[in-house]
Amino acid sequence: MKYLPLIWAALWRRKPRTIFTMLSIVVAFLLYALLSAVNAAFNAGVEIAGADRLITTGRYSLTQVLPFGHLQQVRSVPGVASVAGQSWFGGYYQKESNFFPQFPTQIEPYLEMYPEIVLPEEQKQAMLNTRTGAIVAKTLADRYGFKVGDRIPIIAGIWPLADGSNNWEFDLVGIFDTKNPKERSMYEMLLFHHEYFDEARQFGKGTIGWIVIKTEDPDRNEEIVEAVDDLFANSPNETRTETERAFNQSFVKQMGDIGLIMSSIIGAVFFTLLFLTGNTMMQSVRERIPELAVLKTLGYSDVGVLGLVLAESLALCVLAALVGIGLAGLLLPGIAAKLPGFSGLALKPEAFAGALGIAVLLALIVGLPPALRAMRLKIVDALAAH
Amino acid sequence: MANTLNQIGAVTALNVRSIPSRLGTSLVIVIGIAGVVGVLVALLSMGAGFAATLGGTGTEERTIVLRGGSVDELSSVITREQSQIIGDAPGVARDADGKPVMVAEFYLLTDVAKPDSTSPNNVVVRGTQSDVARVRPEFGIVEGRMFESGVREVIIGTGVARQFETLQLGGTVDVRDGAWNIVGIFETGGDVHESELWVDAGALETASRRSAFNSVTLQLESADAFQTFKDALTTDPRLVVNPQRQTDYYASRSEQLHMLIRILGYTVAVIMGIGAVFGALNVMYAAVATRTVEIATLRALGFGGLPVVISVMIESLLLALAGGLVGALGAYLFFNGFTVNTLNFQTFSQVAFAFQVTPELIRQGIVWALVMGLIGGLFPAVRAARLPVVDALRAG
Repeated sequence: MKYLPLIWAALWRRKPRTIFTMLSIVVAFLLYALLSAVNAAFNAGVEIAGADRLITTGRYSLTQVLPFGHLQQVRSVPGVASVAGQSWFGGYYQKESNFFPQFPTQIEPYLEMYPEIVLPEEQKQAMLNTRTGAIVAKTLADRYGFKVGDRIPIIAGIWPLADGSNNWEFDLVGIFDTKNPKERSMYEMLLFHHEYFDEARQFGKGTIGWIVIKTEDPDRNEEIVEAVDDLFANSPNETRTETERAFNQSFVKQMGDIGLIMSSIIGAVFFTLLFLTGNTMMQSVRERIPELAVLKTLGYSDVGVLGLVLAESLALCVLAALVGIGLAGLLLPGIAAKLPGFSGLALKPEAFAGALGIAVLLALIVGLPPALRAMRLKIVDALAAH
Repeated sequence: MANTLNQIGAVTALNVRSIPSRLGTSLVIVIGIAGVVGVLVALLSMGAGFAATLGGTGTEERTIVLRGGSVDELSSVITREQSQIIGDAPGVARDADGKPVMVAEFYLLTDVAKPDSTSPNNVVVRGTQSDVARVRPEFGIVEGRMFESGVREVIIGTGVARQFETLQLGGTVDVRDGAWNIVGIFETGGDVHESELWVDAGALETASRRSAFNSVTLQLESADAFQTFKDALTTDPRLVVNPQRQTDYYASRSEQLHMLIRILGYTVAVIMGIGAVFGALNVMYAAVATRTVEIATLRALGFGGLPVVISVMIESLLLALAGGLVGALGAYLFFNGFTVNTLNFQTFSQVAFAFQVTPELIRQGIVWALVMGLIGGLFPAVRAARLPVVDALRAG
């Protein structure tokens, strides 16, 4: 502790240089924090997937439709607590770029299966009693200025109304949020009644897109997956059932090589940084050779000097990392509000710990060569040289 | 004036010639800027390659007709009767027998797993006709043969063949109602169709129990006939359809991902660039500091402030240029032609595409490098020119 003032003084020996170096490390960690938040948002679906939820889709593709009758059959499979059918409505509000998912479903079982979705009780009752009703995520309501009582026009991308028109309208009776604000981006959607959907659409009547199953006990998932798929094996509409987790994961995996590219960017950033910071540390030690020699003359051990230089490097990197992450923490809420589909964008504790780990590693890599040089310094030579 | 130029030349030569003795620190600028430019060019070349793959699909004279309101083929429905009305519209090119040059197609997705993985990828299955080359003359079989009409056979695009090693000539792939034989590999000039599986429309119709097509693609008499054709369809009370030039349609399907990649690329480049500028400032300040005596001597000899400023700037710009070239070259060597695949969320299907490091991107990277060099050199240059001559000489 008593060396702190010494390390501090050495760090600020050349203020502009330390500030510039620190700022470039700050920037690197800012970038790291932002990219890992985006990465976490992509993977959010995997982490928050319910352990007791399964998804049944067509065997060949999620985009196949299933007969509505499948729903009843699945409900009677032992171990299944409840089921809800969903479809991909694929419409848009005003123009294509205002896209958000809309799902017709059985509202009552659906809301029971997803306790993380919070809807005020009276709005829920209103929804159950309104045939053309819809509920929408708070983030979407904020973005488009929807209010309870509004009639929301949605242009159909797939399903025209019976008269061939694409102009669907829903009565907004409720606005829901998620218990944990970080999960908002997963449930940024509009829900409405399957019954109304099936009645009003022009074609495809009597079908659903996929089935969400809630099991009585997650330990029985495997058995239920088999039972459900066996039920429809060799029928014209075979199914594939998997856990919600695996289902969400397959979406992330479909992004394919993009994740790899993200990590490559972070790698390139830190490699570049290594050169910038390493150079500064070398410079700073080179300039202080006489001072370090004086310290040694005063009785500082070789290891002590090594420690001093390393501590300086550590202070530089960790301080800058903290500032960078702090900055990201300040910026993220603003970015999250602007970026559709990323309302849950936030820094995770893992990213924070990762940043500190990287900062320490960086400090060691850039600090060690000059520290070793300082340790091996011969007093006489060092003093004589100047 | 000539005198000033001479002075600039002399001081710059002095600076540049001393770079080798300061190689280590000068390298910091080069590598720092190379890193930024490399990342920028690599990211933008990914976006450019993706946009080029989709944008390069089709021609001006070709039109795709979707259901009105549908933004992509997957969500569109065109009935058989509608497809006949569309084929009879004015402006449609006809062959020697008077048949419209058109193809009505099914478009659906099937799950294909990559090797060592069970997670599905949405790959497009296009149910088309065996004489599809009438409408898409760029189509050609590179290996194997064409599927036979009415038979459950598949030909796979070269992009699919490269990205999904599980799919091979002579193997099978689950399309609908069981596994189908892969009998050929086709190319379409590097466009998005190479990421698709093509099968016979009739066979797919039975296997998927569908009755309506997804889209109609047809050849017009000329690119100018589009308006006549479009007007005829949109005023026909029997149809609610949206005809688009094929080029416009495919370009619009790449917009979102291309935009996302560009935003990511520029954001990363700006943030990293700020970091690199700080590094450059550091190095240039140090470079000026080690030359304090030389600069003061020159000033004492009667050299003006401007030549000193310009010489420091030139040094910084040269180093930045070197960094920009190294970065752009690195991006070119490592990424140009590198093929990846991803989910295009606008069509909900997998697209294989190659990174394209274009001259325009290299130019952008180098401009970016020079901007960083300019900022990194400016402040140290001004400080060098402002050095009080007497103090500087005494300090030495």
